[in-house]
Amino acid sequence: MQTKRTVFHSRILPYFLLAPQLIITLIFFVWPAAQAIWQSFLRQDPFGLKVTFVWFANYTRLLDDPDYLNALGATFVFSVGVTVLSMGLSLMFAVAVNRLLRSGRFYTTLLVWPYAVAPAAAGLLWWFMFNPSVGIIPYLLSFLGYEWNHRLHTGDAIVLIIIAAAWKQISYNFLFFVAGLQSVPQSLTEAAAIDGAGPFKRFWTVVFPLLSPTTFFLAVINITYAMFDTFGIVDATTSGGPSQSTNILVYKVYADGFIGLNLGPSAAQSVILMLIVVVLTVVQFRWIERKVQY
Amino acid sequence: MASIDVENVGKVYSGGVRAVTDIKLNIADGEFIVLVGPSGCGKSTLLRMVAGLETISEGEVKIGSRVVNNVEPADRDIAMVFQNYALYPHMTVYNNLAYGLKNRGTPKAEIDARVAEAARMLEITQYLERKPRALSGGQRQRVAMGRAIVRKPAAFLFDEPLSNLDAKLRVSMRGEIKRLQRRLGTTSIYVTHDQLEAMTLADRLVVLNGGQIEQIGAPLEVYHAPASTFVASFIGSPAMNLVKGELHGDKLAIGPAMIGLNGFAPTSGAVTVGVRAEDLRIARDDEEALPFRLEYTEELGAQRLIHGTVGDQQITAAVSPEIALSPEMRIAVDAKRLHFFSIDTGKRLPGHVPAEAKFAPVEPVL
Amino acid sequence: MVENRPFLNFLTHLVLILGVLMVVFPVYLAFIASTHGPTDFMSGIVPLLPGDRFSANYGYLLGTGESTAGAPPFLLMLANSLVMAIMIAVGKIAISIISAFAIVYFRFPLRVPAFWLIFMTLMLPVEVRILPTYKVVADLGMLNSYSGLVIPVIASATATFLFRQFFLTVPEEMMEAARVDGAGPLKFFRDILLPLSRTNIAALFIIMFIYGWNQYLWPMLITTEPHYYTVVMGIKRLASVLDGDNQWNLVMAGVILAGLPPVLVIIFMQRLFVKGLVETEK
Repeated sequence: MQTKRTVFHSRILPYFLLAPQLIITLIFFVWPAAQAIWQSFLRQDPFGLKVTFVWFANYTRLLDDPDYLNALGATFVFSVGVTVLSMGLSLMFAVAVNRLLRSGRFYTTLLVWPYAVAPAAAGLLWWFMFNPSVGIIPYLLSFLGYEWNHRLHTGDAIVLIIIAAAWKQISYNFLFFVAGLQSVPQSLTEAAAIDGAGPFKRFWTVVFPLLSPTTFFLAVINITYAMFDTFGIVDATTSGGPSQSTNILVYKVYADGFIGLNLGPSAAQSVILMLIVVVLTVVQFRWIERKVQY
Repeated sequence: MASIDVENVGKVYSGGVRAVTDIKLNIADGEFIVLVGPSGCGKSTLLRMVAGLETISEGEVKIGSRVVNNVEPADRDIAMVFQNYALYPHMTVYNNLAYGLKNRGTPKAEIDARVAEAARMLEITQYLERKPRALSGGQRQRVAMGRAIVRKPAAFLFDEPLSNLDAKLRVSMRGEIKRLQRRLGTTSIYVTHDQLEAMTLADRLVVLNGGQIEQIGAPLEVYHAPASTFVASFIGSPAMNLVKGELHGDKLAIGPAMIGLNGFAPTSGAVTVGVRAEDLRIARDDEEALPFRLEYTEELGAQRLIHGTVGDQQITAAVSPEIALSPEMRIAVDAKRLHFFSIDTGKRLPGHVPAEAKFAPVEPVL
Repeated sequence: MVENRPFLNFLTHLVLILGVLMVVFPVYLAFIASTHGPTDFMSGIVPLLPGDRFSANYGYLLGTGESTAGAPPFLLMLANSLVMAIMIAVGKIAISIISAFAIVYFRFPLRVPAFWLIFMTLMLPVEVRILPTYKVVADLGMLNSYSGLVIPVIASATATFLFRQFFLTVPEEMMEAARVDGAGPLKFFRDILLPLSRTNIAALFIIMFIYGWNQYLWPMLITTEPHYYTVVMGIKRLASVLDGDNQWNLVMAGVILAGLPPVLVIIFMQRLFVKGLVETEK
């Protein structure tokens, strides 16, 4: 791994410099993670008196548990929904801003700030918009003959958290799409124009393919976001309901562990989540390596 | 002021890669030494070992009478000018110059005086309060020089200091560096890959190749009596013609032609023959000559380079632009202008050394 | 390019105006709601124009709060959030920049393992190791304290990578020149490297400040004393209690108060924010 070609010579100084980071990492990251892995192989009796080593029993039980499978399904629908909705809208905005010169900056300012809104706050904003008794959207939907109620209808609940989560992520995707669009050489679109391609054709045949690294990267980031950073949205709005329809994995770990106090199964869930993060991180870094080769 | 002695120095990197082998070089106090060679020849590594930026794997380096192998760069009493100048971008010119003095605890009044003096010498006084990014390339170069001067070190180390400048500025800064060094009389080691820069600046040249010294000598010595085919082809522009020849007694055969050597043959059998382009001329009808097939010409103004072949070997000659050209010509050379090199080792074969190579370097009148 | 297509220009602005509406409208509505009294919602429809209860609602929340709902005065919670966010941002930057300095400017036996250890933190977000982390913090007696809010989350692989990348782009000669000028490692770090990193530090500070401000799960777990509550968790408590009473005016005022500081930071430091965001992911 890279250093400078000449380095400072000191035997102890670098360890001092690394110490704070490493100590925190070991105490608050590595040790708890190791604990989670260890506990995922144990089971406590109901009185907390006896602990037995049960190998993979927590995992097999988890994978047979309809609630867990339901959570997996909800997470899948939620992640895909957030990713597609948020990236689609962002791409559209980014392409539009990229066509503009001066006013683009103005629109950008108005589009980027939801990034700063806390997930819980974003959840509450939309919870209010969709509130069945006072919300404006159920009011409008009632004219279409649809009676919105996310406290009763499972579909409504998941749509609500998808919209809230996607709304918050628009700014992030937008900024990366704008950066990606700006790195597409203008000479290429000019060449395509000379070749007789209209604006829409130019976008789909030249610009969009060149944007694919950004798109892929954002897809991974969005899935990661939807799976792990949306705890606040769920907790502040649906709390996993109704009938567990929005009980996504990261919420279920918390609910089972802290509220249900099922240590073994909760630890097994943690470990599965860690594996998912590892896979997503590896995929993301593969992408970075590929980008570097350009 | 100090002499610098490099005694049997070698550098092996941690992967086992050898960059420099057994360098022996004694630099007199006040001397201007230029290390020259192609990229990867070890010249920068050698300089950086003298500076203390690379550890010395073998041998020792002495500055003055002190062995400095394990001395920090700051304590070696040297100053260095880098290729990209390495000016601290967030500091003003004044602070760039003063930083090294401050770190040494020099009193404020003396720092002021020294910076002012260096700035006057380099004509950058009016820029002292600017940041480096507000300066032109040439001005930055001067600041980098100034940073070295204010320290009044025992030696200046220059690592290709001019290669980031455009051609015209390079020529004028070259003169400036020479003038300053003469004036200050500070021992200097200067690294470059540009043979012209090396020729014009050096008291003595050190030609390096593959981590080893090919030749040490005054510029004209090296030019007129290159120690090897490598030096012959590296120093001088256009590069010296090097062709295969065969010595038969006092005769030299090059391709189909045979010319007499008037007693200058150093040996017999196959040799590499070197001849500078300017030592070739169009032959008179009555003398022995090489048949030359012209391929193309390059105009240099005062000279014309004619490129072509003798037999199947490439030859370049420099001739006066007035001379009429034809596709088939005869070119001649004085036998004492020929250089002979071993065909196996590339080393110069002992024998005649041109008189010009024995001249001492001309000291400028100060 | 010379291309004048009026329809396309119209479409561009239309798309963006709709986008801005979509982004802004929920917040507009929240703000409107926060200026009304509770009875204004009884009709079943949210009003679309501001009411007259702006100062009453905000004054009540800031000064008094809903202590029964587990939401102490917002001034306290805002102060807690501010302290926590600044401490997290400063802490992350401080420990990351010195780690990156060690990794780039020194060669020592455990360099590569140390780098990988830091890298691993990327793969262990707090959400996936909540219970054992909670236990560690409890065992260390850090529940209900600023140190408990801050220290467990200030290791940062992202920030370390960013500084590492940046240090690698600093010309080699900078450090060599400094060494020839007599600067040791710490002096070089203070005099040269730190000033050169100014923009990166500022950009990262914005990202990390937002991250710190928006912490939710962690403060919720480790604070049980209202004295340490932060505003983001406060609005959730407020919502879960007041929802039944239809006190949406107060809930939305809380949301606005909780969201405003980081949003203002982004709007006023947009250039640095964009730089920080785009570069931390590289």
